[in-house]
Amino acid sequence: MHVLSIRRPRSLRKVLLGVVGLTGFLVVWQLIPTLGLVNSEYLPYVTDVLARLAEELRDLAFWRRLGHTMTSWAIGLTVATLAAVVLGTIVGLVPFLRRATHTVVEFLRPIPSVALIPLAVLVFGIRMQAALLIIIYASFWQVFVQVIYGVADVDSVARDTARSFGLTRRERLSHLVLPTALPYLMTGVRLAAAVALILAITAEMVIGNPGLGRMIELSRSAGDAVGLYALVVVTGLLGLLVNLVFRFIERRSLSWHQSVRGEEVL
Amino acid sequence: MTGHTARIANRSRGRALGRRVAAGFLYSLGLPFLLLVIWAVASTSSTNRFFPGPLTILEAFRETWIGPAFVDDVLPSLYRLALGIAASIVVGVAAGTLIGLFQWLRELLEPLLEFFRAIPPPVLIPVMMLLLGITDTMKVAVIVFGAVWPILLNTIDGVRSTDSVMSETADSFQITWWERLWFLVLPAASPRIMTGVRQGLSVALILMVISEMFASSAGLGYRIAYFQRNYLIAEMWSGILLLGLVGVLLAATFGVVERRVLRWYHGIREVNRA
Repeated sequence: MHVLSIRRPRSLRKVLLGVVGLTGFLVVWQLIPTLGLVNSEYLPYVTDVLARLAEELRDLAFWRRLGHTMTSWAIGLTVATLAAVVLGTIVGLVPFLRRATHTVVEFLRPIPSVALIPLAVLVFGIRMQAALLIIIYASFWQVFVQVIYGVADVDSVARDTARSFGLTRRERLSHLVLPTALPYLMTGVRLAAAVALILAITAEMVIGNPGLGRMIELSRSAGDAVGLYALVVVTGLLGLLVNLVFRFIERRSLSWHQSVRGEEVL
Repeated sequence: MTGHTARIANRSRGRALGRRVAAGFLYSLGLPFLLLVIWAVASTSSTNRFFPGPLTILEAFRETWIGPAFVDDVLPSLYRLALGIAASIVVGVAAGTLIGLFQWLRELLEPLLEFFRAIPPPVLIPVMMLLLGITDTMKVAVIVFGAVWPILLNTIDGVRSTDSVMSETADSFQITWWERLWFLVLPAASPRIMTGVRQGLSVALILMVISEMFASSAGLGYRIAYFQRNYLIAEMWSGILLLGLVGVLLAATFGVVERRVLRWYHGIREVNRA
């Protein structure tokens, strides 16, 4: 009770300051075109942008575009995570494979996924599969690397104990490897979710498959600055939502572990 | 007699070392070689023109990139990338240190920073094109606007997590503000800063490519997109290969720098572990 009464004014202060910061930003944004520092054709009034945002939210076409983006995001993230967990576990558990794949992984991982956009367009054309290739490639590595680290991190005493107690391979996987690797896996999935969203929207911008990204590109070429800024705000909110949801999931599934190991893994 | 045994021991040790080097060599190059052979065989037997063989790509690589294209396309791209990364590090570390040191500033800016970080950076290319036009400044600005967030946020965290005993010691020794910043806060934050820089590097590379795919008539990203549009398949693959090489080099360079900057930190961790 005592702790609560101390904490409340602090968190209230935090919320208050946060609101002040946000309001300050909006006011500055409004003032820049008003004072003529930047032409309002290039930086529209914040009031116009927010009005357009509210208008978009009532538009069914907007939700359909959002649906397209989130569908390719979800499919890409799921496929990448599944593939990375399976391959990462196998490679991480077998030292021979880990040594043999090291060079290939270190070469393939830094290739910027957007470099594959032209290839994806050639092979799949302007379709969702092209975007999926990019999304999966980028988010796969995030999870894969974390899973390898996580699987390799099993405590050697615990592993020897499990062996001497005669645990079967499956028991060892579920009672020993999984709990050790889970925090790493969750970090990887959280990072991959953000990366997948970035690439889902990027792919739509560059490739032109339907979604929010294409709408952004269309607003730009139509010279619709207000619409462009409104969509940028939407993508920011979307990214924020994805971050928050995955941070929540991570904290939930690791409530037993969070204090032991921080996020610093890579 | 001792000389003889020593010589034998030396020789066998030398042989063991040789075997280990050979094994390491085999391990690190075996799979890449195998994959290349498989690719080569598959490309000669298949008729899919989108996947040329490795030798064709290598040939295209030599013809495309070694020569004037290196000066016209590759160097300007790398220059913008370097400029963007340098600016991101300077801005990110300076602002991050400032924000990390003052709690009220942190609380004031936190929601804004969370929001800006969550914007997918490529979305800002159209915005920057509106504000700055299709210029080099715009491309560098896009890189900075994407790469600065991981550096900034990690610096804030690093500055915040300065060891309290050390900062109290610093207080009681009455070190000046600058000394404190330079000898206590920044070193304490440097492992986190380096983590941020590493994340920032890959974002910067992605943005370099996309900003050129969008609005450019030169540069690596533009070239690759141009090859694709004109169905110059082997040339396009050579561009992907080049981007991969740039990524690998960037990661390797960062690894060397990080090891130098954080030598003390890795040393401490090693001691703690032992």
